[in-house]
Amino acid sequence: MATTTVVTRPLIHPLHGILLAFPIALFTTALLSDIAYLRSAEIQWTNFASWAITGAMVGSGAVLLWAIISLVAHRRSPAFRSRLIYLILVVAMCAFGLVNAFQHSRDAWSSVGTVGLTLSILSTLCALLAGWIAYSARGTAEGVSR
Amino acid sequence: MTRLLAFGLATLLASTGLSHAQALRTGPNPDLPPLTETLVPRMKIADPTGWNGELPTVPAGYAITALATDFQIPRQMLLLPNGDILVAEGRGGYAPKLRPKDVIAGYIKSLGTSSVKGGNRITLLRDADNDGVAELRTEFITGLNAPYGMALVGNEIFVANQDALLRFPYQEGQTQITEPGEEVTKLPRRINHHWTKSLAASADGSKLYVGVGSNSNVGERGMDVEEDRAVVWEIDRASGAHRVFATGIRNPTALAIEPGTGALWAVVNERDELGPDLVPDYLTSVQDGAFYGWPYSYWGQNVDPRVKPERPDLVEQAIAPDYALGSHVAALGLSFATNGGMGGEYSEGAFVGEHGSWNRPNLAGYKVAFVPFSGGRPNGEPRDFVTGFLEGENTVRGRPVGVLFDERTRSVLIADDLSNTVWKVTRVGPVSAAVQ
Repeated sequence: MATTTVVTRPLIHPLHGILLAFPIALFTTALLSDIAYLRSAEIQWTNFASWAITGAMVGSGAVLLWAIISLVAHRRSPAFRSRLIYLILVVAMCAFGLVNAFQHSRDAWSSVGTVGLTLSILSTLCALLAGWIAYSARGTAEGVSR
Repeated sequence: MTRLLAFGLATLLASTGLSHAQALRTGPNPDLPPLTETLVPRMKIADPTGWNGELPTVPAGYAITALATDFQIPRQMLLLPNGDILVAEGRGGYAPKLRPKDVIAGYIKSLGTSSVKGGNRITLLRDADNDGVAELRTEFITGLNAPYGMALVGNEIFVANQDALLRFPYQEGQTQITEPGEEVTKLPRRINHHWTKSLAASADGSKLYVGVGSNSNVGERGMDVEEDRAVVWEIDRASGAHRVFATGIRNPTALAIEPGTGALWAVVNERDELGPDLVPDYLTSVQDGAFYGWPYSYWGQNVDPRVKPERPDLVEQAIAPDYALGSHVAALGLSFATNGGMGGEYSEGAFVGEHGSWNRPNLAGYKVAFVPFSGGRPNGEPRDFVTGFLEGENTVRGRPVGVLFDERTRSVLIADDLSNTVWKVTRVGPVSAAVQ
């Protein structure tokens, strides 16, 4: 009697996933902090956002490296397209995040303003979408039949 | 990825405005170009190097010597009645690093300063034979806390530490004071982002004026910590009671009494990160009750959009200062010429020590300027008095802080906190007549 086991796994390695969790959580933190700052003009919120973005960028750097390597390594795998979209999102997340880190180094209201808020929204969206793709379970060719 | 990032950065940096080539940067009505906030502030830190036997440059007819060297961050100076010179040495401030920027910018700016530890003392120098080299040097007062401003009234020397104003009894000729100072009043000391407490006594000696710098560039630590900051205090010498004399005066780094009128004047460092030609540092008479705009507006009522919530009620009270010295020159020293001053073009007016810029692609300051006065008011463009602190365009040999005109010997002393030297400029020959 033959049984078929379909192995499903996320797109990325668990450690890669843990690293990705940092930008997802911290860019979101920065966005919420920015909103709080723009609503209250309470300076501590922009300080929070500034550190959150810096922390997010540390995680993002490692994620970017890993995403590039795994795309190359899996260039013939069926999930290549997902991996490519994932990498593009990570690149965009890093770019928006880096510019936003500088934006948040300006003083007082200029540390956020419209530009800072927009960059926070974009980097958060990229992080969330990248996470959605990366953590989604998908069937792989490693399904085994006997 | 790199290309994309570079493109993004280039696009954002392209919004940087060009500086006005022919702009009027000094004087009573400086051109104020539009705000140019960039993603990363434009910075240039001059690379420190030694003097290697070279000297600062003085005009023809003057000579300069190193009065004494090997100080521990010399800042302001005070002339005593017998000709002795006091030099306050120290480095202060305990501002916590609140943002990643504070860590990075603090490191970058530290590259342009001396690595010597602040002395927390006052050194006495005596050059009785006026040969330009001090023959006597003593530790006059030790155990101070980042001393900066000093004043003499009668038989009392006042020292503005970064946290308190102290009083010391003094007898003429004394070369050391060992008894502890008596606290006249505490001074605003929380954070001390701008820690220097400048000091001057009123012409009649009854009042002491203390300049207290802001606790941030432009309110980015929150306005709660700016209580009693960016102000000049007037302190009653006898009782120690104080009142706020002027407000919104971002960082009044040196105070002095104009000899003809007895009015209080200050050099003030203005805000950064609005472009290479904003905001001019200034020299101004300090008017009783005046609001000079910080942080809400600059040079009168030009609103700074970085400060929220806005305060139009305060902005409409803001007055413009008297005289622009140039943006980012970091004026730290002020001393008025008296009774013919240094002669020639430097007879009547104010010597201004300019520590030099960081927030500018082309370095500014790094010299001692002279602002000519007439009838107790600035009259004409500033002139270079002592230059040569820069070597080429990227290297710096010294950074002027305090300046001190000594009428008795017709000399100007300059404290240099990069090479840790006090320079002495004297007249040696005929000098060219005043331009005006």
